[in-house]
Amino acid sequence: MATDSAPLKEPADSVPATGTTGVEPLVRFDKVVKRYGDHVVLDELDFTVRRGEHVTLIGPSGSGKTTILRLLMTLEKVSAGVIWVDGSPLSHTRRPDGSLRPAGEKQLRESRKKIGMVFQQFNLFPNMKVLQNITEAPVNVLGMEREEAETRARELLDLVGLSGKVDAHPSQLSGGQQQRVAIARALAMRPEILLLDEVTSALDPELVAGVLELLGDIARNTDITMLCVTHEMNFARDVSEKVLMFDAGRVVESGTPEKIFTDPDHARTREFLNAVL
Amino acid sequence: MSDFFSTLLDEFPQVRAGLWVTLEATVLGSLLALLLSFVLGLMAGSKLLPVRGVSRVVVEFFRGTSLYIQLFWLYYAMPQLTGYELTPLLCGIVAFGLNYGAYGAEIVRGAIKSVPRAQYEAAVALNMTPFHRMRKVIMPQAWVQMIPSFTNLLIQLLKATPLLWLISAADLMTAVEHIRSRTGETLTAYLLLLAAYFVLAYALTLLMNLLERAAKRRLGLHTGAGSLLKSRTAESAATAGGAR
Amino acid sequence: MNQSFNWDAVGDSFPLLLEGFRVTLLATVLGTLVAAVLGLAIAVAGRAPSRLVTVPVKAVMEFVRATPLLVQLVGAAAVFTSVEPLTIGIVVLGIHYATYTSEVYRAGIDGVPKGQWEACRALSLSPRRTWQAVILPQAVRNVLPALGNYAISMFKETPFLAVITVQEMVFEARKYGTDHFAYTEVFTLAGLIFLVASYPTSLLMRKLEKRLGH
Repeated sequence: MATDSAPLKEPADSVPATGTTGVEPLVRFDKVVKRYGDHVVLDELDFTVRRGEHVTLIGPSGSGKTTILRLLMTLEKVSAGVIWVDGSPLSHTRRPDGSLRPAGEKQLRESRKKIGMVFQQFNLFPNMKVLQNITEAPVNVLGMEREEAETRARELLDLVGLSGKVDAHPSQLSGGQQQRVAIARALAMRPEILLLDEVTSALDPELVAGVLELLGDIARNTDITMLCVTHEMNFARDVSEKVLMFDAGRVVESGTPEKIFTDPDHARTREFLNAVL
Repeated sequence: MSDFFSTLLDEFPQVRAGLWVTLEATVLGSLLALLLSFVLGLMAGSKLLPVRGVSRVVVEFFRGTSLYIQLFWLYYAMPQLTGYELTPLLCGIVAFGLNYGAYGAEIVRGAIKSVPRAQYEAAVALNMTPFHRMRKVIMPQAWVQMIPSFTNLLIQLLKATPLLWLISAADLMTAVEHIRSRTGETLTAYLLLLAAYFVLAYALTLLMNLLERAAKRRLGLHTGAGSLLKSRTAESAATAGGAR
Repeated sequence: MNQSFNWDAVGDSFPLLLEGFRVTLLATVLGTLVAAVLGLAIAVAGRAPSRLVTVPVKAVMEFVRATPLLVQLVGAAAVFTSVEPLTIGIVVLGIHYATYTSEVYRAGIDGVPKGQWEACRALSLSPRRTWQAVILPQAVRNVLPALGNYAISMFKETPFLAVITVQEMVFEARKYGTDHFAYTEVFTLAGLIFLVASYPTSLLMRKLEKRLGH
């Protein structure tokens, strides 16, 4: 599993190779650079995620983990390099000659279809009740029938253990409850890839376990590909098949949780784990 | 004194008509201002520099050139320049609309900017279109922020309506002025007039506070009934940095 | 009726308007001064320990603030017929705006941490010393941009003084306009003078606001 951090080097002909060989990863970062002014956050980053894989990104704060998720969600633009999702460039459009240029809003919306995100601060819409938070996008973005969307929203609320809060305002919920709604909201869009950005960091300690348990269930019972940035090492160990250790905008090492947590190759990883565990 | 009130009673139809003109100018003027606030305020947030630029220039122009001048320009200068004449009341409505619309644009722009960026990001993550994001996520939250400032602006607009007297639009001030000059009861007339505007201002404030409460309730925020009677003219004027 | 813009009238009226503009500026500066001083007094009075002071002060303020400046001006001029119109204009402008500036001061005073009051009490400073040496210096520092913005607002409302026959810029403009039937020229010119004077000032205030970290 540690092998596929080796980048694939043929961006030009990466027409979806799915089905035939199964080697084409679902997500591939190809020499991705992210700069803010002079500050380099991601430095020619290469890594891949296979379909159905649950990947945890760990590393000291400021190492660029969250930036990776934000780039995937097209909340930020790459400074250089290309992100490939399911064989297509995420935030680039192909010119007729095969070269790439930054994508417009229309294509970005096409790219976002596959991807959902749960935020550290939940970011529920305070002007909508819980049910509408979940149904708003399915109805108005996916064009789902309202009735169908509401039925599904209720199922999802059931799943996250909040069936009693259908008509509540987000402001009436605890942090943990809000985060569960946010998870249901993301799932309602049926994403292929779910990005989880430190989803438990803003929660009171006693609420963390419940949310993590829920995410574990989702990981086990769905085929959604998950990328998590987290400081919860137990979660990384229990849920993910692959852990990527980041530092200074690069992947220091990657491997199975057992390998990373018990026998890391790099001193930097050991330092980090000693500090957090 | 009794002379004044008997004249007032005699002239009651004129006073009522004047009150009606004042209300008309206030309501229609503020509706025009509201429309302009949103058009100019949304333009100010555009990605396109020319669109932003036009909004900036229009806002600064109408804020910078004194309402009084704008009103007189419409009333005296425009017919002379274009041969086209607006009724006095219409002059007032247009001038109030343009002037307060320019101030309102700043309110709209500021309120949109004050919605946390995370809300925008959450809407992007749900793949909403830019229009959908604005309409269903950003604007409903910004609206709650706008109401107190709009309340302030509405009261300012009401307070500007006696200007109609100067362009003979037969508003409330004109009617009471008339009674004053007939009776010579200066102090009574002006105190009564001030009291009338005070009552109007409070009624409008109350209505706007009700609106604000309804908007807040939609965000799941509940406010006590006590806040309804609160005058908003001062505190929002102070926070808006004198956005008048 | 439909006539073209007469540039001669512009050149002709410009000195007159500038003459009036001096009165406009004078009224603005003195009016702002009254508003700044009186506003502070109202804000301090609003903090008085007795409700006998605070309640009436608050009531009068609410009333003045919620009623039209124009009516206040015309009313004051009609009641105090022996006082010079410019004086009435400055005082009424000053009082009207004091109801706004007092809120600015109040916010500034409220912004001074409670510990500062307690420290004064612990040192048994007199109320006078407390205000003078501790509270006001901290409260007043940040109110400058807001006061400046009110000064600009007042500046744009000085044409109201023309109604009570103060010979400020718009009074002159109107007079020239009537005499020469050149309303377009004079009102356009007067408007531009307002713009040219107020826009840079408001930019300055914005800069000041940023510097003070608002």
